Amino acid sequence: MIAEGGLAALWLAAVMAVLQLVVASSAVIGGRAEMARAVRPVAIAQGLLTALAMLCLILVFVQSDMSVLLVAENSHSLKPMMYKIAGAWGNHEGSMLLWVTILGLAGGAVAIFERRLDSRTLNATIGAQALIAMGFYAFLLFASNPFARLFPSPPDGNGLNPLLQDPGLAFHPPTLYVGYVGISVAFSFAVGALVTRDVGPAFARAMRPWVLGAWIFLTIGITAGSYWAYYELGWGGWWFWDPVENASLMPWLAATALLHSVSVLATRDGLRAWTIMLAVVAFSMSMIGTFLVRSGILTSVHAFAVDPKRGAFLLALLAIYIGGALALFAARIGTVRQGNTFALVSREGALVVNNLLLSVILGIVLIGTLYPLAAAGWGVQLSVGKPFFDKTVGPVALALVVFIAIGPLLRWRRDEIQALLKRMTWPVAASCAALIVLVPFAWGVGFLPLAALVLAAGLAVASVAPLWGRNLRRTPLFTWGMVVAHLGVAVSLTGMASDSAFTKETLAVLRQGETRAVGPYLVTMTGIRPVVGPNWSAIAADLSIRRGEGGAPFILSPESRFFASPTTTTSESAIATRLDGQLYTVLGQPDGKGGWQVRLWWKPFVTLIWLGGGLIGLGGALSFLGRIRRRKRAVYDEYEEAVA
Amino acid sequence: MTIVFALLIAAPALAQKAPLADTQLSDPAQEAQAKALMETIRCVECQGQAIADSNADIAGNMRSLIRERIKAGESPEQVRAWLIQRYGDYISYDPPLGGATWPLWAAPFVLLVIGIAIARSSFRRKR
Repeated sequence: MIAEGGLAALWLAAVMAVLQLVVASSAVIGGRAEMARAVRPVAIAQGLLTALAMLCLILVFVQSDMSVLLVAENSHSLKPMMYKIAGAWGNHEGSMLLWVTILGLAGGAVAIFERRLDSRTLNATIGAQALIAMGFYAFLLFASNPFARLFPSPPDGNGLNPLLQDPGLAFHPPTLYVGYVGISVAFSFAVGALVTRDVGPAFARAMRPWVLGAWIFLTIGITAGSYWAYYELGWGGWWFWDPVENASLMPWLAATALLHSVSVLATRDGLRAWTIMLAVVAFSMSMIGTFLVRSGILTSVHAFAVDPKRGAFLLALLAIYIGGALALFAARIGTVRQGNTFALVSREGALVVNNLLLSVILGIVLIGTLYPLAAAGWGVQLSVGKPFFDKTVGPVALALVVFIAIGPLLRWRRDEIQALLKRMTWPVAASCAALIVLVPFAWGVGFLPLAALVLAAGLAVASVAPLWGRNLRRTPLFTWGMVVAHLGVAVSLTGMASDSAFTKETLAVLRQGETRAVGPYLVTMTGIRPVVGPNWSAIAADLSIRRGEGGAPFILSPESRFFASPTTTTSESAIATRLDGQLYTVLGQPDGKGGWQVRLWWKPFVTLIWLGGGLIGLGGALSFLGRIRRRKRAVYDEYEEAVA
Repeated sequence: MTIVFALLIAAPALAQKAPLADTQLSDPAQEAQAKALMETIRCVECQGQAIADSNADIAGNMRSLIRERIKAGESPEQVRAWLIQRYGDYISYDPPLGGATWPLWAAPFVLLVIGIAIARSSFRRKR
């Protein structure tokens, strides 16, 4: 019954979405005031109904109702409760339902909280939201029904891919989806503004929290996903330029550019057309991210052929959305003036260069990701991966770092080169100092890591420079946000460069009592023992580890886990985190003669990668709070004025 | 299809023994070369992983092959050329510049030029 209830709720939500579009468009186009009053309640109802459908799906997973096809295919009664719940979205249908749920809730939130935007633009925005949601409802109801029944029902389910049975899974997809959906809301605002030809600071201020919020979630999602891949896959890599990773990186790059250009629009009323264009691009990227990952076309061309109906449906939706967005943009952008102009040497100028470089990186990642697909189309099999992206994205990203350092040190509208150079003295000095320190023992590590470390030192100093000489307690929160986020970039970059430059690797077969060195550590195998978990069994190695001969010993126990349903073996790495890096240990296969294969890495300062990612997200959060507080105050002031 | 066939032919030969799959070369310079090469060779059985990051047997076999060849004195580019000859361009994450890939390698420059042109237009109407 719960499954049928969920399906009914989903149908009702779809009907609400259609109603929302009708009501909103007749309010905007027909100018019918009574329709305008219905827009908000309908949007809220749509949000609640999708949430109800999602709740029903989680319930059937919690109950392990094997008569529901999706549960039987992806869950197992012995799974820990957290993974039963997370299993609801750890599959194709469930994750699409989660997407549309978040979309519906976001639409409801816009309806409830957005009070400052011109009401016509707002109604057009909510109408655009309905249009986006309708495609997803159609896809769910006609091509991937999550509530389909299975008869006869099996005694138990197939289980969830063990690699995904990890706390990371529980939070990673929802986090990214909130990000994607936030971008779609920003896009809806852009559509609303295009429809009513009202592109200006008011629109930018309404859109900004959504861009910022989406960007925070994307940042956290990518950072967490990277760490998850790092400890779960067992080879010490943290970014693989895998198509699925790229699909999450592309919306982030677009959102980063949008975040900066929307600031120019909100503050200086410039870059109007460019901001709208970026909103369209960011939305397209999040659609490509969702659809191409979900259709499976990127990871394997064959997955697409398995269910051609679903794949064709997704591609059709993709074409309609992106085509529609671009068409509206092309039709209306002629009426949007670019707005206030400015000198090349100015804060806006640096932000334009930042946008340019981010867009170039985005374009490279997009082309690099899709190129093998296109090449397969004309009969050539090839792969594009890390070496290509290192060579192409690497230099552009380093140029971008220079402009991240410069931007906040420039004044709005117009500035002088001389003054800028003076303000850059300390950052440049920091870079020079880093170069002098690093050259003796980092000469052989290659140009990119060395350049990255040197630039990161300069960026670290430059990013805190805007606080210099200010009253820290009166500095606005969003300024703190910018400082923290930019500092995060320097921190993360240091971690990346340090990992690729200084990592030490030891691969060895160890018998009981044998010792090998990796970096500053001595690793001794003290024993092998069996371990039993809730739905797996494992072999664990006890490694006794000292830092140098005299160091205090501690134990790390990497495991090799065997899952019965489905049958899989995974490596559980054991990691020791120190201030100056991580010791990463993995247990491999036995050699049949009493020895066990172990892989050991000493990764100096590798944790800075994710610490930096966290700082970037925290910076975004501070900024968000700062903007919200200022907005509240502005609303209050208006109220005061009205009362007075 | 050619890849699949190449694999079918190559797999039994490779599967026999992989002594250097997870054993480092004694010469650190050679090991560094081998390691850097492994990071750019695709594991043909996996979903988007390099052989340096894969638990698959075939990845281990290929790591072993690469270490053997580097140890025997071949340069990384020679080994890559040999792998490409054997498995096709698909095996290398570093697509060679050629008829089918020049648009790919030209793309970053084209994007940069287009970007600068667009950015310039937003400055031109200044003052």
